[in-house]
Amino acid sequence: MNAPVQVRGNDPAPLGTERPPEPAADSSLLPTAARRNPVIRVVAESADLALRNLLHLRRTPGLLISCLVEPVVYAMLIGYLFGNSLGGTAYRSYMFSGLIAQTVAFTTTFTTVGLSRDLDQGMVDRFRTLPISRVALLLGRTTSDLTTCVASVAVTITCGLLMGWRPHTGPGEVAAGVLLVLLFSFAMSWIGVFVALITPNAQVAGSLGVIWLFPATFISSGFVSGATLPGPLSAVAAWNPITSLANALRRLFGNTPPPGFPVQHAWPAQHPGLYTVGCAVLVIAVFTTLSTWRYRTRTSR
Amino acid sequence: MGLLGPNGAGKTTLVKILTTLLEPDSGRVFVNGRSVTEEPEKVRSAIGMAGQYSTVDGVLTGFENLYLLAKLRGVGRRRARRVADDLLSRFRLTAVAGRQAGAYSGGMRRRLDLAAALVGAPPLVVLDEPTTGLDPESRLDTWDAVGELVAGGTTILLTTQYLEEADRLADRITVIDRGLVVAEGTSDELKAAAGNRLVMHVAEEHQLDAAARAAARATGATPAVDRRARRVEAAAADGRAALGRALGALEGEGIEVLEIGLSRATLDDVFLGLTGRAARREAA
Repeated sequence: MNAPVQVRGNDPAPLGTERPPEPAADSSLLPTAARRNPVIRVVAESADLALRNLLHLRRTPGLLISCLVEPVVYAMLIGYLFGNSLGGTAYRSYMFSGLIAQTVAFTTTFTTVGLSRDLDQGMVDRFRTLPISRVALLLGRTTSDLTTCVASVAVTITCGLLMGWRPHTGPGEVAAGVLLVLLFSFAMSWIGVFVALITPNAQVAGSLGVIWLFPATFISSGFVSGATLPGPLSAVAAWNPITSLANALRRLFGNTPPPGFPVQHAWPAQHPGLYTVGCAVLVIAVFTTLSTWRYRTRTSR
Repeated sequence: MGLLGPNGAGKTTLVKILTTLLEPDSGRVFVNGRSVTEEPEKVRSAIGMAGQYSTVDGVLTGFENLYLLAKLRGVGRRRARRVADDLLSRFRLTAVAGRQAGAYSGGMRRRLDLAAALVGAPPLVVLDEPTTGLDPESRLDTWDAVGELVAGGTTILLTTQYLEEADRLADRITVIDRGLVVAEGTSDELKAAAGNRLVMHVAEEHQLDAAARAAARATGATPAVDRRARRVEAAAADGRAALGRALGALEGEGIEVLEIGLSRATLDDVFLGLTGRAARREAA
């Protein structure tokens, strides 16, 4: 449309003001005017929306299939197809952390697809016309997707235990590892949100959301030693957060590389935990901002 | 308040601006005295919206849909439950409250969508083509629901491309075309502005052309001739006088008429006249 309809406030009767907003007959229907402080408000709104997403999961469990089957497929493929020529059980213990990092990365697509569907079906528009915080809808999505991630990681851990992986440290370290995984998953989810917001529909979002994950997860020390990769790829692998997440988990679980495995010595490899947390925080900061900005101007497709 | 216009006139765009889904390219828009660009949050809490395509969550039940919206509008848990129950019974959905909205019929979905727009009792409710794609029965249902709302004191902005709908539901009608307001007023005012029409049914087909000439002379307008119905129709600005002149002309030429009279313009005539005129102006 070329010329927008202009409804000026100084018109005698601007839209909707023929009748001043008088209290409705049943005042119990009116929303509480000022709702608590803004932080509690965003938390409450996000929680309501997250619960809605969880109801979706419960009623359409088919949504979960890919998150539950994918880790098993990769565990089989990499653990046994390649694993036997790369060092058997010792290799499988080593690659287990890479497998978790990859699983976490792939749950991003779940966020992308879920949000895309809401955009396609106009649900996002419905929520956008409500007086709720702009970040709440996105935050509700990323928090409910942590559940999916937990399910995925649980499957991966079961596969790992069956393949012979064992943590060699105390429960404290293992718990720290799990927390790190959740933080990383939350960060990855925000990338998924952004992908959903910049793509035209759920199909495109679905394929675009997956395609970058293959190089991102494989050009790392997740499954192989980054040191054996050719020049530039080796540098990418050394600084890839997937590598550092896998390395951090290896350290926390006390899994050492199989004998004869070359190890990288870049700064991230020296401080994998710190580097991973740093990357996660950076990703959350950047993609929360980008997504919220994008969401403000985005309507239905 | 009805907003009437052909496809692509800008109805939905306006609705999106009012509901803060789109930002206006230029100009200022106020809803209940609040600017949509400067205080979008306040505008959002004053507006309830039901879209052209029902946006209810098909996976959630009817109750859960309304409960969620009430919670998001800042209502406490217990009150949200009551709000949802009240609305469900008002829209005769109590019996299906526990069923997933995806399994509802088109009419039920639309009623739920309307109910969703009313959560939190907003003073202004925007309905964007609420009956597009509904069967006649569901349409009547929706009309009844809207009528009740208006009777209850809610201001409703209704967009539609159905003239009958605007005629029936709207106190004031704004006709827009290509993003511009082309007319504004009550249904009666719009019809009166379009003027009366002189209508005659001729007995014999061979007298049709003569009758058309008589009508043209009487009204000064180019008459529309429907050969099959043997009907001649022309806009008559000065109604009664034109009828008198037409009778005289028919008498003089000896034309038999079965029926002759003045008829008030329908909203159809208004609409086609206005939007057609706009198109001609553009072409000129």
